[in-house]
Amino acid sequence: MWGDAALVAAKDLRLELRSRVVTNQIAPVAVVVLMLFGFGLDADVGVLQKVTPGLYWVTVLLMALLAIGRSVDAEATAGARDMLRLSGLDPAAIFLGKAAALVAQLLVLEAMLLMGVSLFFHATIKGYVLVFVAGLLGTVGLASIGTLYGALTGGTDSKQTLLPLLFLPAVAPVLLGAVRAFEGAFGTNPHPDDGWPWVRLLGVVAIVYTAVGTLAYGPLLEGSDPA
Amino acid sequence: MNSPVPEKFAGTSASRSTQVLGAVAIVGLALVTFLGLAATGEDQDQKNYYRIMYVHVPSAWLAYTCFGICALASAMYLYKKTQWWDLVAGASAEIGVLFTGLALATGMLWGKVTWGAYWRWDARLTFTALMFVMFLGYVTMRRMPAPFEVRAKRAAITGLIGVVNVPIVHFSVNWWRTLHQQATVLRPDTDVKIDGLMLFTLLLSFAVFHVLYVWLMIHRFRLGYLEDQVESHGLERAIAERQAEARGPVPVGAGQGSGQ
Repeated sequence: MWGDAALVAAKDLRLELRSRVVTNQIAPVAVVVLMLFGFGLDADVGVLQKVTPGLYWVTVLLMALLAIGRSVDAEATAGARDMLRLSGLDPAAIFLGKAAALVAQLLVLEAMLLMGVSLFFHATIKGYVLVFVAGLLGTVGLASIGTLYGALTGGTDSKQTLLPLLFLPAVAPVLLGAVRAFEGAFGTNPHPDDGWPWVRLLGVVAIVYTAVGTLAYGPLLEGSDPA
Repeated sequence: MNSPVPEKFAGTSASRSTQVLGAVAIVGLALVTFLGLAATGEDQDQKNYYRIMYVHVPSAWLAYTCFGICALASAMYLYKKTQWWDLVAGASAEIGVLFTGLALATGMLWGKVTWGAYWRWDARLTFTALMFVMFLGYVTMRRMPAPFEVRAKRAAITGLIGVVNVPIVHFSVNWWRTLHQQATVLRPDTDVKIDGLMLFTLLLSFAVFHVLYVWLMIHRFRLGYLEDQVESHGLERAIAERQAEARGPVPVGAGQGSGQ
Protein backbone atom coordinates (compact mmCIF):
# COMPACT_ATOMS: atom_id res chain seq x y z
CA MET A 1 0.00 0.00 0.00
CA TRP A 2 2.78 2.47 0.90
CA GLY A 3 4.43 1.88 -2.48
CA ASP A 4 1.15 2.68 -4.26
CA ALA A 5 0.72 5.78 -2.11
CA ALA A 6 4.23 6.94 -3.02
CA LEU A 7 3.42 6.43 -6.72
CA VAL A 8 0.27 8.56 -6.52
CA ALA A 9 2.03 11.24 -4.45
CA ALA A 10 4.91 11.33 -6.94
CA LYS A 11 2.40 11.62 -9.81
CA ASP A 12 0.63 14.61 -8.20
CA LEU A 13 3.93 16.28 -7.27
CA ARG A 14 5.25 15.74 -10.80
CA LEU A 15 2.13 17.45 -12.14
CA GLU A 16 2.78 20.34 -9.77
CA LEU A 17 6.49 20.57 -10.67
CA ARG A 18 5.56 20.79 -14.35
CA SER A 19 2.73 23.30 -13.94
CA ARG A 20 4.12 25.19 -10.89
CA VAL A 21 0.63 26.35 -9.95
CA VAL A 22 1.32 26.38 -6.19
CA THR A 23 4.55 28.35 -6.43
CA ASN A 24 3.70 30.63 -9.36
CA GLN A 25 -0.01 31.26 -8.75
CA ILE A 26 -1.24 30.25 -5.29
CA ALA A 27 1.79 31.58 -3.36
CA PRO A 28 1.58 35.08 -4.93
CA VAL A 29 -2.16 35.13 -4.12
CA ALA A 30 -1.28 34.27 -0.50
CA VAL A 31 1.19 37.18 -0.37
CA VAL A 32 -1.49 39.53 -1.73
CA VAL A 33 -3.93 38.27 0.94
CA LEU A 34 -1.34 39.06 3.65
CA MET A 35 -0.94 42.56 2.20
CA LEU A 36 -4.73 43.00 2.12
CA PHE A 37 -4.83 42.12 5.83
CA GLY A 38 -2.30 44.94 6.28
CA PHE A 39 -4.57 47.37 4.41
CA GLY A 40 -7.63 46.15 6.32
CA LEU A 41 -5.97 46.61 9.71
CA ASP A 42 -4.50 50.00 8.81
CA ALA A 43 -0.92 48.64 8.75
CA ASP A 44 -0.83 48.78 12.54
CA VAL A 45 2.18 46.54 13.24
CA GLY A 46 1.19 46.09 16.88
CA VAL A 47 -2.25 44.75 15.93
CA LEU A 48 -0.85 42.69 13.05
CA GLN A 49 1.76 41.09 15.32
CA LYS A 50 -0.88 40.23 17.89
CA VAL A 51 -3.21 38.56 15.39
CA THR A 52 -0.49 37.03 13.18
CA PRO A 53 -1.34 33.37 14.06
CA GLY A 54 -4.99 33.88 13.13
CA LEU A 55 -4.27 35.75 9.90
CA TYR A 56 -1.62 33.18 8.98
CA TRP A 57 -3.93 30.18 9.37
CA VAL A 58 -6.93 31.83 7.73
CA THR A 59 -4.65 32.50 4.74
CA VAL A 60 -3.47 28.88 4.80
CA LEU A 61 -7.11 27.67 4.81
CA LEU A 62 -8.04 29.85 1.85
CA MET A 63 -4.97 28.76 -0.10
CA ALA A 64 -5.61 25.13 0.85
CA LEU A 65 -9.03 25.44 -0.82
CA LEU A 66 -7.30 26.44 -4.06
CA ALA A 67 -4.75 23.62 -3.76
CA ILE A 68 -7.49 21.04 -3.05
CA GLY A 69 -9.47 22.22 -6.08
CA ARG A 70 -6.32 21.75 -8.14
CA SER A 71 -5.76 18.25 -6.72
CA VAL A 72 -9.38 17.27 -7.53
CA ASP A 73 -9.14 18.71 -11.05
CA ALA A 74 -6.13 16.47 -11.73
CA GLU A 75 -8.49 13.46 -11.61
CA ALA A 76 -11.52 15.17 -13.17
CA THR A 77 -10.29 15.58 -16.75
CA ALA A 78 -10.34 13.06 -19.60
CA GLY A 79 -11.55 10.16 -17.46
CA ALA A 80 -8.44 10.25 -15.24
CA ARG A 81 -10.51 9.02 -12.31
CA ASP A 82 -11.57 5.93 -14.24
CA MET A 83 -7.95 5.34 -15.32
CA LEU A 84 -6.93 5.54 -11.67
CA ARG A 85 -9.51 2.86 -10.82
CA LEU A 86 -8.37 0.71 -13.74
CA SER A 87 -4.75 0.94 -12.56
CA GLY A 88 -5.57 -1.53 -9.78
CA LEU A 89 -4.09 0.68 -7.07
CA ASP A 90 -5.46 0.29 -3.56
CA PRO A 91 -8.04 3.12 -3.02
CA ALA A 92 -6.65 3.70 0.49
CA ALA A 93 -3.20 4.17 -1.08
CA ILE A 94 -4.65 6.61 -3.62
CA PHE A 95 -6.13 8.64 -0.75
CA LEU A 96 -2.88 8.58 1.23
CA GLY A 97 -0.85 9.49 -1.86
CA LYS A 98 -3.06 12.41 -2.81
CA ALA A 99 -3.15 13.65 0.80
CA ALA A 100 0.64 13.33 1.09
CA ALA A 101 1.18 15.34 -2.11
CA LEU A 102 -1.18 18.00 -0.75
CA VAL A 103 0.76 18.04 2.56
CA ALA A 104 4.03 18.60 0.67
CA GLN A 105 2.54 21.45 -1.39
CA LEU A 106 0.92 23.10 1.62
CA LEU A 107 4.14 22.86 3.66
CA VAL A 108 6.01 24.74 0.91
CA LEU A 109 3.25 27.34 0.89
CA GLU A 110 3.30 27.62 4.68
CA ALA A 111 7.08 28.11 4.72
CA MET A 112 6.66 30.96 2.22
CA LEU A 113 3.86 32.42 4.33
CA LEU A 114 6.04 32.29 7.46
CA MET A 115 8.55 34.46 5.63
CA GLY A 116 5.67 36.70 4.55
CA VAL A 117 4.35 37.30 8.08
CA SER A 118 7.91 37.86 9.28
CA LEU A 119 8.41 40.49 6.58
CA PHE A 120 5.03 42.25 6.58
CA PHE A 121 3.85 41.81 10.19
CA HIS A 122 7.33 41.81 11.88
CA ALA A 123 6.37 38.54 13.58
CA THR A 124 9.17 36.54 15.21
CA ILE A 125 9.07 32.84 15.97
CA LYS A 126 10.10 31.97 19.51
CA GLY A 127 9.22 28.28 19.51
CA TYR A 128 10.49 26.63 16.33
CA VAL A 129 9.70 23.09 17.48
CA LEU A 130 6.12 24.05 18.31
CA VAL A 131 5.70 25.76 14.91
CA PHE A 132 7.05 22.68 13.14
CA VAL A 133 4.97 20.10 15.03
CA ALA A 134 1.73 22.13 15.04
CA GLY A 135 2.24 23.13 11.41
CA LEU A 136 2.86 19.54 10.31
CA LEU A 137 -0.09 18.04 12.22
CA GLY A 138 -2.41 20.88 11.20
CA THR A 139 -1.39 20.44 7.57
CA VAL A 140 -1.98 16.67 7.71
CA GLY A 141 -5.46 17.37 9.12
CA LEU A 142 -6.19 19.95 6.42
CA ALA A 143 -4.92 17.69 3.64
CA SER A 144 -6.89 14.66 4.86
CA ILE A 145 -10.15 16.58 5.23
CA GLY A 146 -9.53 18.39 1.94
CA THR A 147 -8.76 15.22 -0.03
CA LEU A 148 -11.86 13.54 1.36
CA TYR A 149 -14.26 16.42 0.69
CA GLY A 150 -12.53 17.07 -2.64
CA ALA A 151 -13.40 13.53 -3.74
CA LEU A 152 -16.95 13.91 -2.42
CA THR A 153 -17.60 17.08 -4.39
CA GLY A 154 -15.40 16.25 -7.40
CA GLY A 155 -17.03 16.17 -10.82
CA THR A 156 -20.08 18.16 -9.72
CA ASP A 157 -21.17 21.46 -11.25
CA SER A 158 -21.41 23.02 -7.79
CA LYS A 159 -17.91 21.96 -6.69
CA GLN A 160 -16.65 25.54 -6.28
CA THR A 161 -19.34 26.37 -3.74
CA LEU A 162 -20.02 22.94 -2.23
CA LEU A 163 -16.38 22.25 -1.32
CA PRO A 164 -15.96 25.37 0.89
CA LEU A 165 -19.42 24.78 2.42
CA LEU A 166 -18.38 21.28 3.57
CA PHE A 167 -14.65 21.84 4.09
CA LEU A 168 -14.48 25.08 6.09
CA PRO A 169 -16.77 24.06 8.99
CA ALA A 170 -15.00 20.68 9.21
CA VAL A 171 -11.56 22.29 9.55
CA ALA A 172 -12.66 24.62 12.36
CA PRO A 173 -10.94 22.41 15.01
CA VAL A 174 -7.71 22.58 12.95
CA LEU A 175 -7.91 26.38 12.80
CA LEU A 176 -8.65 26.57 16.54
CA GLY A 177 -5.80 24.26 17.51
CA ALA A 178 -3.24 25.62 15.07
CA VAL A 179 -3.88 29.26 15.96
CA ARG A 180 -3.63 28.59 19.71
CA ALA A 181 -0.42 26.58 19.20
CA PHE A 182 1.09 29.32 17.01
CA GLU A 183 0.15 31.95 19.60
CA GLY A 184 2.42 30.06 21.96
CA ALA A 185 5.16 29.76 19.34
CA PHE A 186 5.00 33.42 18.28
CA GLY A 187 4.91 34.64 21.87
CA THR A 188 1.56 36.42 21.44
CA ASN A 189 0.21 34.22 24.23
CA PRO A 190 1.74 35.23 27.61
CA HIS A 191 2.02 31.54 28.49
CA PRO A 192 4.03 29.86 25.69
CA ASP A 193 3.48 26.37 27.14
CA ASP A 194 -0.26 26.79 26.50
CA GLY A 195 0.41 26.01 22.85
CA TRP A 196 1.37 22.37 23.37
CA PRO A 197 -2.00 21.01 24.63
CA TRP A 198 -3.57 22.22 21.35
CA VAL A 199 -1.10 20.07 19.42
CA ARG A 200 -2.97 17.07 20.84
CA LEU A 201 -6.20 18.32 19.26
CA LEU A 202 -4.39 18.71 15.94
CA GLY A 203 -3.02 15.18 16.29
CA VAL A 204 -6.47 13.72 17.00
CA VAL A 205 -8.02 15.52 14.00
CA ALA A 206 -5.17 14.36 11.73
CA ILE A 207 -5.48 10.74 12.85
CA VAL A 208 -9.30 10.62 12.74
CA TYR A 209 -9.65 12.14 9.28
CA THR A 210 -6.74 10.17 7.81
CA ALA A 211 -8.41 6.98 9.07
CA VAL A 212 -11.86 8.04 7.81
CA GLY A 213 -10.44 9.02 4.43
CA THR A 214 -8.56 5.73 4.09
CA LEU A 215 -11.78 3.79 4.77
CA ALA A 216 -14.13 5.98 2.71
CA TYR A 217 -12.04 6.49 -0.43
CA GLY A 218 -12.73 3.02 -1.84
CA PRO A 219 -16.55 3.40 -1.92
CA LEU A 220 -16.09 6.95 -3.25
CA LEU A 221 -14.03 5.82 -6.21
CA GLU A 222 -16.62 3.18 -7.17
CA GLY A 223 -19.14 4.32 -9.76
CA SER A 224 -18.86 7.04 -12.32
CA ASP A 225 -18.59 10.80 -11.84
CA PRO A 226 -21.86 12.72 -11.69
CA ALA A 227 -20.89 14.84 -14.66
CA MET B 1 -33.46 1.86 -8.19
CA ASN B 2 -34.33 -0.76 -5.62
CA SER B 3 -37.47 0.47 -3.85
CA PRO B 4 -39.09 -1.40 -0.96
CA VAL B 5 -41.59 1.48 -0.42
CA PRO B 6 -45.17 0.14 -0.46
CA GLU B 7 -47.36 1.19 -3.37
CA LYS B 8 -49.99 2.65 -1.01
CA PHE B 9 -47.62 5.55 -0.22
CA ALA B 10 -47.76 6.75 -3.82
CA GLY B 11 -50.04 9.72 -4.50
CA THR B 12 -50.35 11.11 -0.97
CA SER B 13 -48.20 11.77 2.07
CA ALA B 14 -51.05 11.41 4.59
CA SER B 15 -52.62 8.32 6.16
CA ARG B 16 -54.83 7.54 9.16
CA SER B 17 -51.79 6.86 11.38
CA THR B 18 -50.06 10.15 10.45
CA GLN B 19 -53.29 12.04 11.12
CA VAL B 20 -53.47 10.50 14.61
CA LEU B 21 -49.77 11.23 15.15
CA GLY B 22 -50.25 14.85 14.02
CA ALA B 23 -53.18 15.27 16.42
CA VAL B 24 -51.09 13.86 19.30
CA ALA B 25 -48.28 16.31 18.43
CA ILE B 26 -50.68 19.29 18.38
CA VAL B 27 -52.27 18.34 21.73
CA GLY B 28 -48.80 17.73 23.19
CA LEU B 29 -47.52 21.09 22.01
CA ALA B 30 -50.60 22.81 23.48
CA LEU B 31 -49.98 21.06 26.81
CA VAL B 32 -46.29 22.02 26.82
CA THR B 33 -47.26 25.61 26.00
CA PHE B 34 -49.70 25.68 28.93
CA LEU B 35 -47.26 24.08 31.37
CA GLY B 36 -44.29 26.12 30.14
CA LEU B 37 -46.02 29.51 30.15
CA ALA B 38 -48.63 29.22 32.90
CA ALA B 39 -48.29 26.23 35.24
CA THR B 40 -44.56 26.38 36.03
CA GLY B 41 -43.24 29.16 38.24
CA GLU B 42 -40.48 31.71 37.71
CA ASP B 43 -36.82 30.74 37.96
CA GLN B 44 -34.97 32.16 40.94
CA ASP B 45 -32.22 33.77 38.84
CA GLN B 46 -33.51 34.03 35.28
CA LYS B 47 -37.15 34.91 36.12
CA ASN B 48 -39.34 34.25 33.06
CA TYR B 49 -36.46 34.20 30.54
CA TYR B 50 -35.72 30.56 31.34
CA ARG B 51 -39.05 29.48 29.76
CA ILE B 52 -37.44 29.47 26.33
CA MET B 53 -35.63 26.37 27.61
CA TYR B 54 -38.80 24.32 26.92
CA VAL B 55 -38.25 24.93 23.20
CA HIS B 56 -34.46 25.41 23.09
CA VAL B 57 -33.32 22.28 24.93
CA PRO B 58 -35.66 19.77 23.17
CA SER B 59 -34.76 21.37 19.82
CA ALA B 60 -31.05 20.88 20.49
CA TRP B 61 -31.56 17.30 21.70
CA LEU B 62 -33.79 16.53 18.74
CA ALA B 63 -31.16 17.92 16.36
CA TYR B 64 -28.64 15.44 17.80
CA THR B 65 -31.21 12.63 17.37
CA CYS B 66 -31.83 13.68 13.75
CA PHE B 67 -28.14 13.69 12.85
CA GLY B 68 -27.60 10.41 14.71
CA ILE B 69 -30.40 8.77 12.70
CA CYS B 70 -29.01 10.37 9.53
CA ALA B 71 -25.62 8.75 10.26
CA LEU B 72 -27.22 5.40 11.05
CA ALA B 73 -29.33 5.50 7.88
CA SER B 74 -26.28 6.58 5.88
CA ALA B 75 -24.34 3.58 7.18
CA MET B 76 -27.31 1.34 6.38
CA TYR B 77 -27.50 2.80 2.86
CA LEU B 78 -23.83 1.92 2.28
CA TYR B 79 -24.61 -1.61 3.51
CA LYS B 80 -28.01 -2.22 1.86
CA LYS B 81 -27.89 0.22 -1.08
CA THR B 82 -31.67 0.80 -0.98
CA GLN B 83 -33.62 3.97 -1.69
CA TRP B 84 -35.44 3.51 1.64
CA TRP B 85 -32.34 4.20 3.75
CA ASP B 86 -31.26 7.06 1.51
CA LEU B 87 -34.65 8.73 1.97
CA VAL B 88 -34.55 8.19 5.75
CA ALA B 89 -31.09 9.81 5.95
CA GLY B 90 -32.12 12.78 3.81
CA ALA B 91 -35.42 13.36 5.64
CA SER B 92 -33.77 13.15 9.06
CA ALA B 93 -30.99 15.57 8.08
CA GLU B 94 -33.45 18.13 6.72
CA ILE B 95 -35.49 18.01 9.93
CA GLY B 96 -32.22 18.19 11.89
CA VAL B 97 -31.24 21.38 10.07
CA LEU B 98 -34.66 22.83 10.90
CA PHE B 99 -34.37 22.06 14.62
CA THR B 100 -30.70 23.12 14.78
CA GLY B 101 -31.83 26.46 13.35
CA LEU B 102 -34.56 26.62 15.99
CA ALA B 103 -32.06 25.78 18.76
CA LEU B 104 -29.68 28.47 17.46
CA ALA B 105 -32.41 31.11 17.19
CA THR B 106 -33.83 30.41 20.66
CA GLY B 107 -30.30 30.18 22.10
CA MET B 108 -29.44 33.59 20.67
CA LEU B 109 -32.66 35.10 22.07
CA TRP B 110 -31.79 33.66 25.48
CA GLY B 111 -28.23 34.95 25.09
CA LYS B 112 -29.48 38.48 24.41
CA VAL B 113 -31.24 38.72 27.77
CA THR B 114 -28.67 36.68 29.72
CA TRP B 115 -25.32 37.65 28.19
CA GLY B 116 -26.44 41.02 26.75
CA ALA B 117 -25.76 40.07 23.13
CA TYR B 118 -27.31 37.77 20.55
CA TRP B 119 -23.93 36.28 19.77
CA ARG B 120 -21.04 35.45 22.09
CA TRP B 121 -18.14 33.20 21.21
CA ASP B 122 -19.40 30.46 23.42
CA ALA B 123 -18.03 27.07 22.32
CA ARG B 124 -21.39 25.27 22.16
CA LEU B 125 -23.14 28.09 20.31
CA THR B 126 -20.25 28.35 17.83
CA PHE B 127 -20.06 24.63 17.13
CA THR B 128 -23.86 24.39 16.85
CA ALA B 129 -23.65 27.05 14.14
CA LEU B 130 -20.88 25.05 12.45
CA MET B 131 -22.95 21.87 12.68
CA PHE B 132 -25.87 23.78 11.13
CA VAL B 133 -23.66 24.80 8.18
CA MET B 134 -22.17 21.31 7.81
CA PHE B 135 -25.57 19.67 7.52
CA LEU B 136 -26.80 22.47 5.31
CA GLY B 137 -23.90 21.37 3.07
CA TYR B 138 -25.12 17.78 3.34
CA VAL B 139 -28.66 18.79 2.31
CA THR B 140 -27.22 20.85 -0.56
CA MET B 141 -25.14 17.88 -1.68
CA ARG B 142 -28.25 15.72 -1.82
CA ARG B 143 -29.65 18.07 -4.45
CA MET B 144 -26.67 17.85 -6.81
CA PRO B 145 -27.61 16.62 -10.27
CA ALA B 146 -26.22 13.09 -10.51
CA PRO B 147 -27.37 9.49 -10.98
CA PHE B 148 -29.12 8.17 -7.86
CA GLU B 149 -26.37 5.72 -6.87
CA VAL B 150 -23.56 8.30 -7.10
CA ARG B 151 -25.48 11.02 -5.28
CA ALA B 152 -26.78 8.69 -2.58
CA LYS B 153 -23.34 7.18 -1.90
CA ARG B 154 -21.64 10.55 -1.63
CA ALA B 155 -24.45 11.86 0.57
CA ALA B 156 -24.17 8.80 2.83
CA ILE B 157 -20.40 9.27 3.30
CA THR B 158 -20.89 13.02 3.89
CA GLY B 159 -23.57 12.26 6.48
CA LEU B 160 -21.30 9.81 8.30
CA ILE B 161 -18.40 12.29 8.38
CA GLY B 162 -20.59 15.20 9.41
CA VAL B 163 -21.97 13.40 12.41
CA VAL B 164 -18.47 13.16 13.93
CA ASN B 165 -19.11 16.79 14.89
CA VAL B 166 -22.18 15.99 17.03
CA PRO B 167 -20.39 14.62 20.15
CA ILE B 168 -17.92 17.52 19.95
CA VAL B 169 -20.85 19.95 20.09
CA HIS B 170 -22.58 18.21 22.98
CA PHE B 171 -19.56 17.81 25.21
CA SER B 172 -17.73 20.99 24.21
CA VAL B 173 -19.34 22.86 27.10
CA ASN B 174 -17.41 20.59 29.47
CA TRP B 175 -14.19 20.61 27.40
CA TRP B 176 -13.82 24.32 26.89
CA ARG B 177 -15.83 25.63 29.90
CA THR B 178 -16.94 28.90 28.45
CA LEU B 179 -19.98 31.13 28.86
CA HIS B 180 -22.65 28.52 28.21
CA GLN B 181 -24.72 27.35 31.14
CA GLN B 182 -23.50 23.97 32.37
CA ALA B 183 -25.74 20.98 31.66
CA THR B 184 -28.78 20.95 33.96
CA VAL B 185 -30.27 17.52 33.33
CA LEU B 186 -27.48 15.37 31.84
CA ARG B 187 -24.87 16.16 34.51
CA PRO B 188 -21.83 13.93 34.99
CA ASP B 189 -22.55 13.77 38.75
CA THR B 190 -26.25 12.78 38.01
CA ASP B 191 -27.39 15.53 40.46
CA VAL B 192 -30.36 17.02 38.56
CA LYS B 193 -30.77 20.66 39.65
CA ILE B 194 -34.28 21.52 38.45
CA ASP B 195 -37.75 21.83 39.99
CA GLY B 196 -40.04 18.78 39.66
CA LEU B 197 -42.74 20.42 37.46
CA MET B 198 -40.09 22.17 35.36
CA LEU B 199 -38.34 18.83 34.80
CA PHE B 200 -41.66 17.16 33.91
CA THR B 201 -42.50 19.95 31.42
CA LEU B 202 -39.03 19.71 29.90
CA LEU B 203 -39.25 15.93 29.53
CA LEU B 204 -42.80 16.20 28.14
CA SER B 205 -41.57 18.79 25.65
CA PHE B 206 -38.72 16.42 24.74
CA ALA B 207 -41.24 13.60 24.10
CA VAL B 208 -43.65 15.84 22.14
CA PHE B 209 -40.82 17.15 19.95
CA HIS B 210 -39.90 13.56 19.15
CA VAL B 211 -43.53 12.73 18.23
CA LEU B 212 -43.42 15.79 15.98
CA TYR B 213 -40.15 14.46 14.52
CA VAL B 214 -41.72 11.09 13.70
CA TRP B 215 -44.69 12.85 12.05
CA LEU B 216 -42.39 15.11 10.01
CA MET B 217 -40.16 12.15 9.12
CA ILE B 218 -43.04 10.10 7.72
CA HIS B 219 -44.28 13.01 5.62
CA ARG B 220 -40.81 14.05 4.41
CA PHE B 221 -39.97 10.44 3.60
CA ARG B 222 -43.13 9.99 1.55
CA LEU B 223 -42.63 13.35 -0.14
CA GLY B 224 -39.04 12.37 -1.01
CA TYR B 225 -40.31 9.09 -2.46
CA LEU B 226 -42.91 10.94 -4.56
CA GLU B 227 -40.25 13.42 -5.73
CA ASP B 228 -38.08 10.52 -6.90
CA GLN B 229 -41.10 8.95 -8.63
CA VAL B 230 -41.88 12.21 -10.43
CA GLU B 231 -38.22 12.57 -11.41
CA SER B 232 -37.93 9.09 -12.90
CA HIS B 233 -41.43 9.01 -14.46
CA GLY B 234 -41.01 12.57 -15.70
CA LEU B 235 -37.88 11.52 -17.57
CA GLU B 236 -39.62 8.47 -19.05
CA ARG B 237 -42.53 10.68 -20.18
CA ALA B 238 -40.14 13.24 -21.71
CA ILE B 239 -38.31 10.47 -23.61
CA ALA B 240 -41.64 9.05 -24.87
CA GLU B 241 -42.76 12.52 -26.02
CA ARG B 242 -39.41 13.13 -27.75
CA GLN B 243 -39.62 9.76 -29.52
CA ALA B 244 -43.19 10.52 -30.63
CA GLU B 245 -42.02 13.92 -31.89
CA ALA B 246 -39.16 12.27 -33.83
CA ARG B 247 -41.61 9.92 -35.50
CA GLY B 248 -43.40 12.97 -36.88
CA PRO B 249 -46.97 14.25 -36.60
CA VAL B 250 -49.71 11.70 -36.68
CA PRO B 251 -51.68 12.10 -39.99
CA VAL B 252 -55.22 13.37 -39.57
CA GLY B 253 -57.58 10.47 -39.73
CA ALA B 254 -54.84 7.91 -39.08
CA GLY B 255 -56.23 4.92 -37.28
CA GLN B 256 -59.78 5.78 -38.38
CA GLY B 257 -61.58 3.22 -40.34
CA SER B 258 -59.71 0.32 -38.85
CA GLY B 259 -61.92 -2.60 -38.58
CA GLN B 260 -63.96 -1.53 -41.54
